[in-house]
Amino acid sequence: MKSDHIKFLVFALLVLLAPLPLAGGYLTNVLIFVGINGMLALGLNLLLGYAGQISLGQAAFFGLGAYGSGVLTTLYAMNPWLAMLLVAVCVSIFAFAIGFPVLRLKGHYLAMATLGVGIIVHIAFNETIELTGGPSGLSGIPNLTIGGFSFDSDLKNYYLVWGFALVAILLCLNLVNSRVGRGLRAIHDSEVAARVMGVNARLMKVQVFTLSAFISAIAGSLYCHVMTFISPSSFGFHFSVELLTMVVIGGLGSVYGSFLGAILLTLLPEMLRTFEDYDIIVYGLLLVSMTIYMPGGLVGLPALFRRLLPARGSQHA
Amino acid sequence: MLKLTGIGKRFGGLTALQGISFNVTKGSITGIIGPNGAGKTTLFNIATGIYPPSEGAVLLDGKDISTLPSERRARLGLVRTFQNIELFGKMTVLENVMVGLHTQSKSGIFSCAFRMPWQMSEERRIREKAKEWLAFVGIPELEEVEAGTLSFGKGRLLEIARAMALEPKLLLMDEPAAGLNSSETAELAQLIKRIRDLGVTVALVEHDMDLVMDICDAIVVLNLGTMLAEGTPREIQDNQAVITAYLGEEV
Repeated sequence: MKSDHIKFLVFALLVLLAPLPLAGGYLTNVLIFVGINGMLALGLNLLLGYAGQISLGQAAFFGLGAYGSGVLTTLYAMNPWLAMLLVAVCVSIFAFAIGFPVLRLKGHYLAMATLGVGIIVHIAFNETIELTGGPSGLSGIPNLTIGGFSFDSDLKNYYLVWGFALVAILLCLNLVNSRVGRGLRAIHDSEVAARVMGVNARLMKVQVFTLSAFISAIAGSLYCHVMTFISPSSFGFHFSVELLTMVVIGGLGSVYGSFLGAILLTLLPEMLRTFEDYDIIVYGLLLVSMTIYMPGGLVGLPALFRRLLPARGSQHA
Repeated sequence: MLKLTGIGKRFGGLTALQGISFNVTKGSITGIIGPNGAGKTTLFNIATGIYPPSEGAVLLDGKDISTLPSERRARLGLVRTFQNIELFGKMTVLENVMVGLHTQSKSGIFSCAFRMPWQMSEERRIREKAKEWLAFVGIPELEEVEAGTLSFGKGRLLEIARAMALEPKLLLMDEPAAGLNSSETAELAQLIKRIRDLGVTVALVEHDMDLVMDICDAIVVLNLGTMLAEGTPREIQDNQAVITAYLGEEV
């Protein structure tokens, strides 16, 4: 318990200090997206890493959050904070409703069904042109404001997004170390045994699916207000897969792992710019070798070293 | 306590069970025996709602529970252990038992995420209770161990502790002695008697005849999916049909 608090405080402190050496430059902007992607990965990790249920449609909830907030604040001039809350609640209701039929499926079928949801929603963004502007996107979304204070710079948006991210981390840490978290992990390990132990597996899976949609929708709302412009291409199948990669690379079943994965996969393309046209090859190679040699993800690294080092020591002896 | 009436189960064209009817008396230890393939585990799966019976009904305290899902039956006090041990392997021993206390706690997503005061005290309560159940089965020192790394014998004890944490009225044990050595089996016999003494009715499927004859008050014999005999251990030992089923007919 104690060490958990210290870990969180250290992480929060790092988040607080990280933009200082960057002086509001380009990297601050990248770190905003690390925060948003981290929240999305965290939502997916609750579902995949804890409850063991895959979703290839997370980008849909992210997109619904972004478009919901975008449309309500531009076309209907709604208060952005109210819109964010309203949209998150509506997306959650949507996820809860589709959760019951979809989460009856397992494995590949579940992957297919969530993939389908993602694709349908993506098509809707493209086709409902009067609302979303279609493929050419939706622009003129206002920045968030509190009183007279407007989140109009990268640095301000950084603290806005990471404020939300830290709250999400704290709440999810509480959740996974509780009765609900144990129920989810039990379902993951053996659904039959969990049910015989009185865990309502069906309802719990839908609940965590709904929660992940809620977090994704909030992240989407933040995204649209930070970007002030959104287009359907950000919310396609490709992005769902990228989120999945973040979770797997970061560490399944680890709250911080979600963010480590988000940091790596968001920063990596930026850092690989030096390879110019070959960046995608290096990127691919890195991901493949990490999945092969680090099955526990980035959070599993310390344990991996501990396992490898004594083995070498005994060879020398 | 548990009443099975005319239970039948078909898998496609295969009839696994047919016309099974018997009672498990409150406070007793009932043994269900029979050669391999007799349908014993199938019967347990039907009793606990892993799958529905093709015909017949399962009654718990006179209430028809045939169509209830496993988790509802668990809440009504019908709990089981598994032949091949179904632990939550990536969780600690203590956490496994705490999952067993799921039905006796009720914090939801919101109170857990926000660490409401009542959730914190509930968490402390079930942690203490889980420790008591580990002490009951005799493995209190293992609470921080990952359950997947336990030996088969310890895993079996953990599974019993987890099941007992639900405070069941009726505990179904599927081959509890399978994979145990003789001293572990002797300890298991004592443990099952202590469970009965707590007021829990026990029904077990078992191949270890010494164990069954030692601890059971009543025995049901299945063979090829049908009821072969029912009675006290003494009656069963002298039953000609049972002897034939187990040893084959004299030539």
